[in-house]
Amino acid sequence: MSLAASLLQGDVRALAKAISLAEDRDPEATQIVTELQPQTGRAHLVGITGAPGSGKSSLVDLLLQVIRQRGKTVGVVAVDPSSPFTGGAVLGDRIRMQRHTLDKGVFIRSMGARGHLGGLAAATREVIHLLDAYGRDVIIVETVGVGQSELEIGTVCDTTVLVLVPESGDAVQSIKAGIMEIADIFVINKADLGGAEKTRRLIQDAMALGPAPAWAPPILLTAAIKDQGGVELWQAIERHWEYLSQGGGLQDRRLQRLKQEVLALVAEQARDDARQQLEGDTPVARRLRQNPNGTLNPYALAAELMGRAR
Amino acid sequence: MSTASRPSSKPAPRTEPASQKKIRVLTLKLGLDGHDRGVKVVSRALRDAGVEVIYAGLRQTPEMAVEAAIQEDVDGIGVSILSGAHMTLIPRVLELLKERGAGDIVVFAGGIIPDDEAAELKTLGVAEIFGPGTSLATIVDFVNSRLRK
Ligand code: B12
Ligand SMILES: Nc1nc2c(ncn2[C@@H]2O[C@H](COP(=O)(O)OP(=O)(O)OP(=O)(O)O)[C@@H](O)[C@H]2O)c(=O)[nH]1
Ligand SMILES: [Mg+2]
Repeated sequence: MSLAASLLQGDVRALAKAISLAEDRDPEATQIVTELQPQTGRAHLVGITGAPGSGKSSLVDLLLQVIRQRGKTVGVVAVDPSSPFTGGAVLGDRIRMQRHTLDKGVFIRSMGARGHLGGLAAATREVIHLLDAYGRDVIIVETVGVGQSELEIGTVCDTTVLVLVPESGDAVQSIKAGIMEIADIFVINKADLGGAEKTRRLIQDAMALGPAPAWAPPILLTAAIKDQGGVELWQAIERHWEYLSQGGGLQDRRLQRLKQEVLALVAEQARDDARQQLEGDTPVARRLRQNPNGTLNPYALAAELMGRAR
Repeated sequence: MSTASRPSSKPAPRTEPASQKKIRVLTLKLGLDGHDRGVKVVSRALRDAGVEVIYAGLRQTPEMAVEAAIQEDVDGIGVSILSGAHMTLIPRVLELLKERGAGDIVVFAGGIIPDDEAAELKTLGVAEIFGPGTSLATIVDFVNSRLRK
């Protein structure tokens, strides 16, 4: 039986193997995802993003608890950074979600970013499709710990949750132009540490500066390690899903998402082609080797590569 | 990629080629055993050798280890045991892997395991056992040679 067929029958190993093919950028993954595409599009995609150590994994663990109590199945994709020097990684998100390991309704996959920028791994979209076809009701994507510019999650998910911690007051001010804008829901985690109310007011003030949006992102307080705030967070996520589905632009979001996915595929392919030409036995590569001091014109080289890459 | 330690002067970050197979390893502590220094050192060394390590941490049961290994589609499970419970817990991992049709996942171990018991575990299917004082380079070499696809 093909991997795709086994996956559809609920074979967890087939799912895991298909994910590896996608991670390894194996052309077979393209075939599998294509074969499974008719079975996708049903899941609610929830993104969890925020600074390193803000409690994203702990919140996923808490959400799993709440979602499972409601009988829905979940797939989790947790991305951690890879070392840019060795390509290796210690993927530590799963350790926070231990209590769900033996629950068949929960599938957790750790991914290394493997050099991909934007807070996700290059294969994240494929993995989402695979989990979707596998029949998961909810798919949660945890990004690497982000700064201000890793916004890709906003183009991958239906609902994006931004996790902040108390005292990130200054951070709130400075990042509002970037990452604050992709948040459909704000969470101030580690509310047990105090100062969360103040942070909430700062976010509220920052948002009040702009025009009132159709969806006003709620600001919730949680204490993930104390199992507090999970129900309220899940209710907010479901409210956002209802809003999107009932005229709030779910179609549009998914159309934008498709465009972004196509763009990403084109970019990846183009970069791959260009890299092969730069490193292979091509006229451009030969000229680069003959001019090792890096004085050639990059624009001319790029134009030449793109002309050839077609 | 096959050296355990990072060169003292940092190289420029590499641009990763798009197509790339990586070795993935699950490391964990089986049973009630708080000695986690060894497994952390080993996990770190494997990372520095370019391996993707999923560290599952303390108090894992054989059932949890096997389920995580399957979901993460790892090439190997690195078990750390310094508590003395290896003769009951490690064979159970091997058994469950076979039951799940995942007998191809390589199991290797480290910690305090007497030689005669290590020999017995190896006849049961454990690929290698690394006792105290094993150099990290030895472990990295093992993973690179036995787990590369
Ligand atoms: C440090 C230590 C502790 C620390 C642990 C700190 C920590 N977070 O790790 C503390 C003080 C907490 C501790 C407590 C106890 N300890 Co203690 N501890 C040690 C000690 C002195 C060193 C262990 C160590 O960290 N070594 C350094 C690391 C780097 O080496 P390592 O773990 O052996 O790892 C190497 C290899 O084994 C291998 N390896 C290990 N794991 C893995 C995993 C993989 C995947 C691979 C490939 C390789 C690998 O590679 C590593 C590099 O070479 C040992 C004695 C000894 N010399 O080993 C006793 C020892 C392990 N402890 C022992 C005991 C009995 C205890 C206690 C029960 C004592 C008590 N009565 O309270 C408690 C139990 C705690 C618990 N919850 O489990 C006994 C175990 C006896 C046994 N198994 O038959 C030992 C052997 C001491 C002895 N001679 O009696 N301990
Ligand atoms: N006090 C407090 N600590 C918390 C809370 N939630 C998480 N933590 C702690 O914060 C640390 C980081 O938690 P994680 O869940 O791993 O955070 P993360 O955002 O997933 O981290 P990265 O994935 O590494 O970016 C851990 O030590 C948690 O125990 C909370 O609500 N209150
Ligand atoms: Mg995390």
